[in-house]
Amino acid sequence: MTTVDNGVNVQALLDARQALKGAPEAAQFTWQAKSRWSNGVHSETTVQKFFGLGADQAHKSAHTFDADHPEVFAAEDNGITPIEYLLVGLAACLTAGVASVAQNRGIQLRSVESTVEGQHDIRGILGVDSDVRNGFNDIKVTFHIDADASKEEIEALVAQSQKRSAVFDALTNPTDVTVEVA
Amino acid sequence: MRERHIAHVLLERGQVANSWRRERWESLRLLTPNWQSRLPGYTYDGADPDGYMSTGEVVDFIDGYAAFTGAPVRTGVNVTSVRRVDDGYHVTTNDGEIRCRAVVIASGACNLPAVPALSAAVPAGVEQLTTFDYKGPERIADGGVLVVGASATGVQLAQELRRSGRPVTLAVGEHVRMPRTYRDKDVLWWMDASGVWDQRHDELDDLERARRLPSPQLVGTPERRTLDLNALSDDGVELVGRLASLRDGTALFSGGLRNVLALADLKARRLLDTFDAWAGSVSSERLEPTRVPAKARWQLNLRGGEIRTIVWATGYRPDYSWLDVPVLDEKGRLRHDGGVVSDSPGLYVLGLPVLRRRRSTFISGISDDARFVVEHLRSSL
Repeated sequence: MTTVDNGVNVQALLDARQALKGAPEAAQFTWQAKSRWSNGVHSETTVQKFFGLGADQAHKSAHTFDADHPEVFAAEDNGITPIEYLLVGLAACLTAGVASVAQNRGIQLRSVESTVEGQHDIRGILGVDSDVRNGFNDIKVTFHIDADASKEEIEALVAQSQKRSAVFDALTNPTDVTVEVA
Repeated sequence: MRERHIAHVLLERGQVANSWRRERWESLRLLTPNWQSRLPGYTYDGADPDGYMSTGEVVDFIDGYAAFTGAPVRTGVNVTSVRRVDDGYHVTTNDGEIRCRAVVIASGACNLPAVPALSAAVPAGVEQLTTFDYKGPERIADGGVLVVGASATGVQLAQELRRSGRPVTLAVGEHVRMPRTYRDKDVLWWMDASGVWDQRHDELDDLERARRLPSPQLVGTPERRTLDLNALSDDGVELVGRLASLRDGTALFSGGLRNVLALADLKARRLLDTFDAWAGSVSSERLEPTRVPAKARWQLNLRGGEIRTIVWATGYRPDYSWLDVPVLDEKGRLRHDGGVVSDSPGLYVLGLPVLRRRRSTFISGISDDARFVVEHLRSSL
């Protein structure tokens, strides 16, 4: 029998789940991004620090993300549009979920690819029609997964990854957002 | 306890089978077929073993059992406090005080409707009902109804209200789908026979999840029809996602409806596979996938007059407000190990979901559970 290895340390996750059962305060994380306007609609956002397990934490290094708009929006296209970052987040989160659940279920993955498409009517953000919303109307994710598993098991992986996905939840359920000027 | 010669008394706040007399809607029938109504030494012996008891028939059945056992029931006695004392418990009731060595809490899991806190934000013009208030469609306002929750209760009320001519929207979160029959047998016959219901609490991968599981989408009808979300869609019930929030008089539903439908379909198929594996043969009988609405609404204005009534079919919770013994966890659940409240010797519980086995949730589960608990109790006296 070969050992399934998708590179996910499931034991650490299961241990954390057990440990945090009795310590809800340690489970409170604050993720943080710091953004700075560059020019035009171009901005740079840096992510490094976060808080969790009762202490300040940091990624090994800072990651910087350029956001801009494409030339068809009469912008310089120094980076992807902000709403595309939502697609990045959703794809990455569901993919991480697929790998974790597969590891936990003893399913060896060979490849996991997905395409995420967000339907967006830009009349909303341009103020053309007040009945059109600003955000996505709907989002579709299509997975192509090659694994030692039946079609049904793969469908179950994808369903479970949605069930435990932070970004899926953040996009499908309302979140209270406060924006202040300091 | 009588068989074990343990002196005992049963306290009942109302009449025998009180909750079945007062806290159920009129059309309700048991989810379990009559032949599964088995109590110690006492089983259904009527002419329709495959039928489902109405609430009146359940009352008669339990009344019959009370007479059969000659149990020392004191009716109309409401317990207001249970306290630990040196050698046992001090029980205060509206009809005097009782000292005893042991207490078995058998008041069940469904004492109070569990209504989410966001109900406070429902606009005043919309009437809100719990399943304790709901008796039948004729007593609620004409016009649209939002039913929140898609367990057995939610799907049954959604169908009844829809068939009364009202527009019905059903908010669907995680749910348990089951066909009423599979391979010509009641699905609960399969649960019983295949051993699924015999799975023990200490053998389950995720006991907490098993105990939280909503009741399966079933209804007891003479024609043994399946009541799943496809049946509701056929009737014209509009499906929306889980009610996630209320903002400025607007109900916001989760955009994750598709996935909860997929999860329930996958689990239902897996359950039927379990039955096939037990039967040693495979059936071609398969569930039609749950049809996903082309455009599930994710918001609904509750001030626009479209919705006149909200029915909270969001489950129940036990009432331990009278229990002055510190044995509840941070979520208000009783800490117990298969019915034994280890933190307080002499305290026991019966009649909670998956108390000792999956079967514990159902009437036929009480025999083994009670036998275990009474044996434990006797050895500790």
